Amino acid sequence: MARKLLLQHENVPGINTFEVYRKNGGYASVEKALKSMTPDEVMEEVKKSGLRGRGGAGFPAGMKWSFLDRKSEKPRYLVCNADESEPGTFKDRYLMEKIPHLLIEGMITSSYSLGANTSYIYVRGEYMYVISILEKAIEEAYAAGFLGKNILGTSYSLDLYVQPGGGAYICGEETALLESLEGKRGNPRLKPPFPAIAGLYASPTVVNNVETIAAVVPIVNQGGDEYAKIGVGKSTGTKLISASGHINKPGVYEIELGLPVEEFIYSEEYCGGIWKGRKMKAVVAGGSSVPILPTDLILKTAKGEQRLMTYESLSDGGFVSGTMLGSGGFIVLDETACIVQHLHTFARFYHHESCGQCSPCREGTGWMEKVIHRIEHGHGHQGDIDLLVDVAKKIEGNTICPLGDAAAWPVASAIRHFREEFEYHIKYPEKVKNPKHFELEPFVSEKSLVTA
Amino acid sequence: MTDTKTIEFSATTKALVDRILKRYPEGRQKSALLPLLHLAQAEFGGWLSVPTMDYVASVLNIKPIEVYEVASFYTMYNLNPVGKCLIEVCRTGPCMLRGANDIIEHIENKLGIKEGETTADGKFTLKTVECLGSCGTAPMLQCGADYYENLTNEKVDKLIEKWNSINDHSTYMRSNRVEL
Amino acid sequence: MAKVTIDGIEIEVPDGTSILNAARMIGGDVVPPAMCYYSTLKETGGKCRVCLVKVTQGSAKDPRPMPKLVASCRTNVMDGMVVQNITSPEVLEARKGVVEFLLINHPLDCPICDQAGECDLQNLAYEHGAAKTRYEEDRRTFEKIDIGDKIKLHMNRCILCYRCTFVADQLTNNRVHGVLNRGDHSEISTYIEKAVDNDFSGNMIDVCPVGALTDKTFRFKQRVWFTNPMDAHRDCPKCSGKVVLWMKGEEVLRVTARKDQYAEVKEYICNECRYDHKDITHWKVEGPRHIDRGSVISQNHYERIDLQKLKKEVERQLEFQKGKPLPEPNSLNA
Repeated sequence: MARKLLLQHENVPGINTFEVYRKNGGYASVEKALKSMTPDEVMEEVKKSGLRGRGGAGFPAGMKWSFLDRKSEKPRYLVCNADESEPGTFKDRYLMEKIPHLLIEGMITSSYSLGANTSYIYVRGEYMYVISILEKAIEEAYAAGFLGKNILGTSYSLDLYVQPGGGAYICGEETALLESLEGKRGNPRLKPPFPAIAGLYASPTVVNNVETIAAVVPIVNQGGDEYAKIGVGKSTGTKLISASGHINKPGVYEIELGLPVEEFIYSEEYCGGIWKGRKMKAVVAGGSSVPILPTDLILKTAKGEQRLMTYESLSDGGFVSGTMLGSGGFIVLDETACIVQHLHTFARFYHHESCGQCSPCREGTGWMEKVIHRIEHGHGHQGDIDLLVDVAKKIEGNTICPLGDAAAWPVASAIRHFREEFEYHIKYPEKVKNPKHFELEPFVSEKSLVTA
Repeated sequence: MTDTKTIEFSATTKALVDRILKRYPEGRQKSALLPLLHLAQAEFGGWLSVPTMDYVASVLNIKPIEVYEVASFYTMYNLNPVGKCLIEVCRTGPCMLRGANDIIEHIENKLGIKEGETTADGKFTLKTVECLGSCGTAPMLQCGADYYENLTNEKVDKLIEKWNSINDHSTYMRSNRVEL
Repeated sequence: MAKVTIDGIEIEVPDGTSILNAARMIGGDVVPPAMCYYSTLKETGGKCRVCLVKVTQGSAKDPRPMPKLVASCRTNVMDGMVVQNITSPEVLEARKGVVEFLLINHPLDCPICDQAGECDLQNLAYEHGAAKTRYEEDRRTFEKIDIGDKIKLHMNRCILCYRCTFVADQLTNNRVHGVLNRGDHSEISTYIEKAVDNDFSGNMIDVCPVGALTDKTFRFKQRVWFTNPMDAHRDCPKCSGKVVLWMKGEEVLRVTARKDQYAEVKEYICNECRYDHKDITHWKVEGPRHIDRGSVISQNHYERIDLQKLKKEVERQLEFQKGKPLPEPNSLNA
């Protein structure tokens, strides 16, 4: 069994309560940090751990903390990004629902390190029942003296609040999240200035993902060096993976970074293989926005090396033959899945979620959705595939925030690796009229028929 | 100006509003807009009418347009009346792979409405939504604050049967949790 | 001060100057277009993406190039920065893409649009657009609405620059309109039938880069290129009273604020000046207005041309073009 740092007590009855959580070693990091460490020492441990942002971008967390403007006279804020909305990702919900105190403990220890006396957990509004769980846990933490004035008798005080979102994927982008937290539309801000200088209420702010903040707990408890021993290279520690799609055992798994992708998919400990005895066609490894890869490229890199669950290994080959670890939203497609249909749901998603502030994303996401829709429904024509590639290219890199890239990459990669399926839809419109076309008659590459 | 006199939070909600307002620094009370809109929607019929939004604006001392801008940006705020039971079915990639389209079709047939429509008796509104973060337990739907996961047609039938007896608006702030 | 090089031309500008404004100090072809940025409205810019440029060297201290194209209106220069605008094929390609995006849902109703002839989108499309659209779907449509008795909102034409909302926020104290909905359903609206009624609300018309907000007192009165713009002023207790009268014979058809070569108003005017004094006797006419931004109006030169100034500008442009390939003539292949 792999080591678990976040979910080791997930099956302990009552672990969602303060009492049981505390009995199982909970809040030790708060005691250790507040009583025996300076804020900078806590940050040093996070730096040493090599922990990278678990929301998707993978930016080193310690470095992000070090950018916080400590010279400013203004109050500092830590804001937890619990706006988990990337299709294929549900690990933060699982963690908050199962072990809410882990996040709260992480928030206290991290806020102490950053010098924040008010912190917020911004939870997507649809997770309203999770908000109730968190609010109850926060109440317990206040009652036990881990929140509020003079925590554990030290001079450190912290107030922690939960803020609900209103239904908008874009608020997972940190500056859109801050706008939303200020009671505005979730339009991402132009950067610079970055939140570390002018974030919430124009004050220095760090925004971290739920899992990132939770990981601070074991890092402080056992030391950054110990944490960094897990994993491979710059991919240290454990990572929560949300596994979904055509697998036998969908769910949230905590893995040690460095686990071979093949083992993750096929071992009984994790996904348990492809459902219904079918073969795998493709994987979206890190949430909807990362490039989709066909079976051969997800199991092995283009160089023929075994693909590992690490930031580096998954991105090996760049956008030509690689993908990204992203948020860890691992979506598996079996041989009956239609790549075009699947892509259409993502294109519709990004169209639906574009904030509409900047022109390439506002206009381009809708355009892509419409073209993919007509291909999927047998109304596509020659030139549509190249049109899609070009529109995606015109969006990518030209928008205010990464949503433009997130919308463009799935389109570009699906066409890169599965162009033949798009051509099939255009060539045989009558065959794709039934939405379950590839379940009825699995797609077979005409090229491979000829070469075979 | 729209008359907002007839709309007012209950005493319990007012107390909650006061607590929420204290979460933010002085002068930043606009931050309470999203939570207050959820509360208003729950209290005033499951949707946000203009008088409701104007009332929220007056509570926060902001301009009505600031409320309209925000309410129309986020998908959870209904700007038109909805049925007492708002059924929201996820249809994004991972749910689609596990049969969300069949579930949607089943509900449509069962209720005799298309997605986006409300039944004639005003009981049900069917809405399709984008990823609700429940991909590992797909297909799924949300009703009120609650998630219903690993759906099958049979499960859906039972849910609808139970919801038929509910006469209160299910909104995100109010749970109509039905145990299966 | 910071030294910055734009398309090979070096200039020294005060710290904190944006790339766009540095380019404007140089002038001529190196100035990126701007559809949402507006120098006299705070916080505008960054949204339309037509002003994207390439930063090939970040600064003297950190010479690394910036990984993506940046919005020149909201990116400040650094000492030693090197920028490419029209000398970068990548920038021109991206700009062409943005123009295409702005046009896919635009009604292209220029023949019946009052803004035609002084429309920034029309000019931009002329320079960077393609004659053929690749967009086959139905265009997004909205109903025309009146916002107040003086302004017509033609949402189909709007490119969501947000300028008019900034006018309402910064020049008036009671904004009643804003951006509603999101994504490509976003629209400028009051949500409920509400009149925009404020002493300075008329400036929304002047800052609109397209024909989305038009002056109802001028609608369909006259093609703008058949009018004679005259600088004029009056003593006004509310504003500077400095305006442009758009005349046909002795008749004042329209009153606007004065716009500079980038179509920006520096001194906003009040609604009384704009709407209530369409009588030449109410004004002290200064003389014909020189309009130097590219539009059909500028072809209508009837004032005395300053030959010295013109010669200087031609020489400056020739100097700049020396050794550089001339920009392609308009490649409209219709």
